[in-house]
Amino acid sequence: MGEKRWRRPEGLDKNERPRRSVLVALVLASVTMITLDYRGGSDSPVEPVRRAVGEAFGPVEGTTAAIIRPFMAVPDFLRSTNHLRQDVARLEAENDQLRRTVETTDLDRNRLAELEGLTRTARNTGYSLVPAHVIALGSRQSFSATVTIDAGTSSGVHADMTVLNNDGLVGRVVRATRTTATVVLVVDADSVVGGRLGSSMEIGTLSGRGATGGRTRLDLDLVDDAVVANEGDVVTTWGSEGGAPYVAGIPIGTVTAIYSSPRETSRRAVVKPLVDFTSLDLVGVVVPGGETRGRGVIKADGTRTAGGTR
Amino acid sequence: MTVLRAFLAFCVVALAVVLQVTVFPHVAWDGIVPNLALLVVVGAALVRGPQFAAVLGFVAGAVIDLAPPADHIAGRWALALVVVGYLAGRVRQDLKPTAGAVVLTVAASSFVGTSLFALSGLLLRDPVVDVSEMLRIILVAVLWDVLLTPFVLPLVMGLFRRLEPARVAY
Repeated sequence: MGEKRWRRPEGLDKNERPRRSVLVALVLASVTMITLDYRGGSDSPVEPVRRAVGEAFGPVEGTTAAIIRPFMAVPDFLRSTNHLRQDVARLEAENDQLRRTVETTDLDRNRLAELEGLTRTARNTGYSLVPAHVIALGSRQSFSATVTIDAGTSSGVHADMTVLNNDGLVGRVVRATRTTATVVLVVDADSVVGGRLGSSMEIGTLSGRGATGGRTRLDLDLVDDAVVANEGDVVTTWGSEGGAPYVAGIPIGTVTAIYSSPRETSRRAVVKPLVDFTSLDLVGVVVPGGETRGRGVIKADGTRTAGGTR
Repeated sequence: MTVLRAFLAFCVVALAVVLQVTVFPHVAWDGIVPNLALLVVVGAALVRGPQFAAVLGFVAGAVIDLAPPADHIAGRWALALVVVGYLAGRVRQDLKPTAGAVVLTVAASSFVGTSLFALSGLLLRDPVVDVSEMLRIILVAVLWDVLLTPFVLPLVMGLFRRLEPARVAY
């Protein structure tokens, strides 16, 4: 009975040899695609196709994420409430007012707090931010750490823009469709960010390890081998020329351990990112001040401009 | 009619990929999610044979490779799923399709598919992850796929059986 469901109609496959040519054609097509994309680099012929598929799938992913968001927010909400309670217990003595605020927390308030954090971030860093939600996450089986956010070119988001949240640096935009953008997280194995040690102003490069879990770490290689990083030092972005892909002064993480290997005559510091990549939701994309349309922009002075027409 | 069937098959694959990137990350274990697209391809292979499954595998792989948030070199999942579709389709011809056999086929397909993807990454130095980490991820992925088999495969196989063009009885 139970096995019946799996059973196929009899007598179908006797005269059904697969056509070799089809298989060969498909394998060749795959290999061609790989070669085109691999050889072409950033202006590969696959890129327009990728963008077109993104235009089609972006809205679908956005809709699906919007449908499931209320359901998925429940455990998240409980977890963050729990988390907030712990924080409150710790801060109770020094901040009664904060406790009162947090005790009345609910989902909307959580959201508001995130948005307020982002507003504060905008004020602190002096950059204008486009707020966006994470709608899709790349799977670990693909060995890369990427997410899709629900803001695209119609909101002024383009490739090579910095993405952050109220904790710190999240990543950079690699490509944008009209309504969505793909973000490579700083923990991606291919991601390299210029970092600066807060205490000594020394510069180095931070590279990801590919994992997004709670134990994820970044490796910091300092340019000057003589400099020693201290545990607890905060690493911020060093900033790229013209602010793309990374603007300067965004906190990335804190140094948790230092290794030195005599063989490589260099010191490697392990950095714990400030952002929790497992529960990414609201993020902000740094946009050039004074221009955008499509959705509200959080200005550097903390004000929010209403979205224009699309 | 054939066009409609192909379109429906494409919709199933697209739905699988969308669910894979939007819904399942919320239940992911360490970022590893069940590979729904691969389950659909295996289901199709068990019902419709290697040729159809290889074509569907190519389409499914291409969608995973191109739809956001993918950023790896395009074509890698396509290649992996073509092979998976073909192999799973061949297995079906040699095997009595019992529940246990289906689960075994899924496990083997998942292992082969994820490994192929990982190996192509090693060759192309796409993201460089060390091999032990890679093996761990592959094993967890296989586990996920097997866990979801009882829920997904009967559905997918039933669907493809209904989508099957009518055959002339011998």
